[in-house]
Amino acid sequence: MEILVCVKRVPDTSENEIEVNRDGTDIERDDLVYSVNEWDNYAVEEAIQIRDKVGGNVTVVTVGEEEDEEIVRREMAMGADNGVLLSDDAFNGSDGKGIAAVLKAEVEKGKYDLILTGAQSDKGAGQVGGMLAAMLDWPYASLVNLLEVIDDKKIIVGREIAGGNQEMNEIDLPCVLSIQTGINEPRYVGIRGIRKVASLEIPVHTSGDLGIAADAVGESGARIKRLDYFVPDPGEGAEILEGSTDEIVDKLVELLKAKGGIK
Amino acid sequence: MAQQVFAYVIHKNGVVDDTALEMITAAGRLNSDVSVTAVIAGSGAELDGVCKVVASSFSEVWKIDNEALAYINAEMIRPMLTRILPKEGIVLIPHEHFGMDMAPGLSVKLDAAYLPDAVDFESIEDGKIKAVREEYGGQVSTHVLCDISQGAVITIRPGSFKADESKSAGGNIVDKTAEAIEGGLSEGVRRFLEIVEAEVGDVDITKSDILVSVGRGIEDEDNLEMVFDLAKAMGADVSCSRPIVDAKWLEKSRQVGTSGKIVKPKVYMALGISGSFQHLGGLKGAPFVVAVNKNPKAPIFQAADVGVVDDILDFVPELTDRINEIKG
Repeated sequence: MEILVCVKRVPDTSENEIEVNRDGTDIERDDLVYSVNEWDNYAVEEAIQIRDKVGGNVTVVTVGEEEDEEIVRREMAMGADNGVLLSDDAFNGSDGKGIAAVLKAEVEKGKYDLILTGAQSDKGAGQVGGMLAAMLDWPYASLVNLLEVIDDKKIIVGREIAGGNQEMNEIDLPCVLSIQTGINEPRYVGIRGIRKVASLEIPVHTSGDLGIAADAVGESGARIKRLDYFVPDPGEGAEILEGSTDEIVDKLVELLKAKGGIK
Repeated sequence: MAQQVFAYVIHKNGVVDDTALEMITAAGRLNSDVSVTAVIAGSGAELDGVCKVVASSFSEVWKIDNEALAYINAEMIRPMLTRILPKEGIVLIPHEHFGMDMAPGLSVKLDAAYLPDAVDFESIEDGKIKAVREEYGGQVSTHVLCDISQGAVITIRPGSFKADESKSAGGNIVDKTAEAIEGGLSEGVRRFLEIVEAEVGDVDITKSDILVSVGRGIEDEDNLEMVFDLAKAMGADVSCSRPIVDAKWLEKSRQVGTSGKIVKPKVYMALGISGSFQHLGGLKGAPFVVAVNKNPKAPIFQAADVGVVDDILDFVPELTDRINEIKG
């Protein structure tokens, strides 16, 4: 099975507090630790497990700039066979549809059976997979937390829905799926793995290579534009307990007793 | 705004989802004179009952009735909506597991702008909506400008707009089935099989009065012991947020959130939980919420009554010891 996994390099929210910069034009980028989007990492692991079971190749792709190459390399260290960076100044400022259009052009250069994305990334939109599927006229399923290959024509997917329940579907290949966290346990990538792929050449595809009209993507094609970043008015918020740990524990125990929090 | 506004209404077992009335409020933020058309798909008598309820709140109801829609499959309903919805309309859809499945592709098929997970609308001017979204798990917010001149599909975060209970509309029900399934129904490229119910765990957290809930801040599976010790001291049950289940440290039946359990305790202790909207969506009944988190900017502090800014690995054992002391 030929599998393409779309990944993104994002600030790691488990390693960083995200703050707005002084003039509200961006988040504070100094000292940020970046990593591959958590959901995407589960998608790559799932692709590798499918390949190991039924054969084929896993290709990892990202739309970005030179520094984004590092996550493609990391996912190759994890076990992906190929990596591609889609990069062009014309892609800058793309909205979700612009990114999906760039990916569609790359998909059409290959012959894929299955495309995986993370269910969402740092911006919380969860949009690119569904858009890409619609542009390709391929079926789509989101929030996939179980995947079972039946044959080279169809697979079974479980979707996460409310209440911890799971919606089971049979879906024809080729298709696009967005992968939810928890579907597997992504393998650890050690220093040795990283070293093995350190000198590999990662091909870069530009708008010319992909045959994309410059005005179809990027800022000029975007119908969604971010104006600023801000921290919302905290409103009521919590009463923050102050003092030494002893004093805080005392106050909290009193409050818990009063509210019926200690039986 | 001259454009027609539609709201895709979700229902289950004959009950209309809370988000239906929230979308009326959201549409009213765009234009106070707006009349909103509800779009509802389903099957038979159950659908008719739902349409009747919804018609008391919306100025018009479009229904799509077919037995194949007894369980709604996004891949099946999307082409139907593409046939009946006018291009350049504004389509509101709840941002939940069905909306996320259906809406991005619908925006492509309608060639409309896509504005995902809006939490507020601030203004509308020159064919552009100024909306509020959140990024980085709710740590920061943004204003975005959405060009709606060629239509827009907008998903609305559940619970962000107050429900419009006025029931002032009283609209007609229009049967759009024939137009929606013009050319016949195909079996489809994605076929619904069944719903697998969540496994029942050893504890039913939906019935607990006191919950000690643990998140990513616990760092390691071995540290969970201190959480169980605190719960024991308090007479509480242990619940958790999603990363703990993803790591397989606790069973799914203990997860609080829109994709886990909806809980209604009297007291909720959130330990090392950042407080994503999906997690908070599982917390109902206005409990007394205590948050302990080392990140003072964690969104959980906005939802909590009382906060402690500290590392739970340091704070929790101290609290447990004190409670045990008191209880002797």
